Amino acid sequence: MTIKLYGAAMSTCTARVLACLHETGAEFELVPVNLLNGEHKQPAFLAKNPFGQIPALEDGDLTLFESRSMSTYVAEKFKGSGGDLLRAQNLKEAALVKTWMEVESQQFSPAISPIFYQFYIVPMQGGSPNQAIIDENSEKLGKVLDVYEKKLGSTKYLAGDFYSLADLHHLSYIYYLMKTPSAKLINERPHVKAWWEDISSRPAFEKVASGLILGEK
Amino acid sequence: MVVKVYGPIMAACPQRVMACLLEKDVEFEIVHVDLEAEEHKTSDFLLRQPFGQVPAIEDGDFKLFESRAIIRYYAAKYEERGPNLLGNSLEGRALVDQWLEVEAHNFNDLVYTLVLQLVVLPRMGKHGDVVLARSCEQKLEKVFDIYEQRLSNATYLAGDSFTLADLSHLPGIRYLVNDAGMGHLVAERKHVNAWWEAISNRSAWKKLMKLVNY
Repeated sequence: MTIKLYGAAMSTCTARVLACLHETGAEFELVPVNLLNGEHKQPAFLAKNPFGQIPALEDGDLTLFESRSMSTYVAEKFKGSGGDLLRAQNLKEAALVKTWMEVESQQFSPAISPIFYQFYIVPMQGGSPNQAIIDENSEKLGKVLDVYEKKLGSTKYLAGDFYSLADLHHLSYIYYLMKTPSAKLINERPHVKAWWEDISSRPAFEKVASGLILGEK
Repeated sequence: MVVKVYGPIMAACPQRVMACLLEKDVEFEIVHVDLEAEEHKTSDFLLRQPFGQVPAIEDGDFKLFESRAIIRYYAAKYEERGPNLLGNSLEGRALVDQWLEVEAHNFNDLVYTLVLQLVVLPRMGKHGDVVLARSCEQKLEKVFDIYEQRLSNATYLAGDSFTLADLSHLPGIRYLVNDAGMGHLVAERKHVNAWWEAISNRSAWKKLMKLVNY
């Protein structure tokens, strides 16, 4: 049975799940959801995600929403040649993966997503990026990345010396950030920069990156 | 070895962890962190939690932060003991995760902002932004409508039994109902109300309420 992922390849949250699907080698089909037509707010989609957000996932009888629960499910069900993205065999390593997944979710994402919104979504709606919002959130993101810089000075990846779902969850947002002036937040921090270069050069991510075309003319 | 939970007992995120430890009958000790004195921003505390937030835990040599990661760890470590908070199958676990994510992304920020404006700032002698609180309340109405629909099809968020997904909501809803005057959000929805009655009457949660002295 092939997994169906409902979403848009250029969307950060859909790409989070795509990265995991490619990394684990799971068979799947991407079913596009037309955001411009408001398809995600129509009853058929709301039946999959009552919050009216992409992505959603179907695997046989199971329907899931929330990208991070989807990637966790995929990582648990399928283990690709890269090994276990969740480190399930070792309870403490698994806890560290979950901790840094929470950090991405609670610290990193709230700071980067307003920056992404100003650079990519506002222009699509005919507006101009609000520099005050960018500056305020760049400061917050900088403080978060200072913590990452310190952590990545002692371990190769966020949860330890192994690549995990915690690192993967950052890929799509940072990819888009690197095309903006705010890329300096990453480039100015040598360990963070090295980590980014490592995780973004994984073949599984390169397949996802080709779909991250927001902002391109 | 007793688990040390660092944080004030009144704060929602430490309560999330303590509720889980009580469900699993894990002995713990609260190490108070004085937020008003900015103890959570001292260099000593930042070694425990580099983002300067509560809670953090110390279990022998093992240290963790992020309340939702901590509860997942203990629910897994003591899977065989007490209620199964994680789900019985891969699919069951995915549904628990899904609703934990909903709590984290669609629910928590609204509750946090509302409680900050209506409860915390006034307690500190400052003015809360009532307009902002009202906007959070309106968004929470929509979120609770979705919960109402879900809970009309299942007794608990992830299915037939109480799991981390329900537990994670306990501290925030208590603040809404008891401190922020937002009880109507729960009381006006038949299934949400029944769910809240069930989860807030669990003996582990009642033990925590006694510990906090509410």
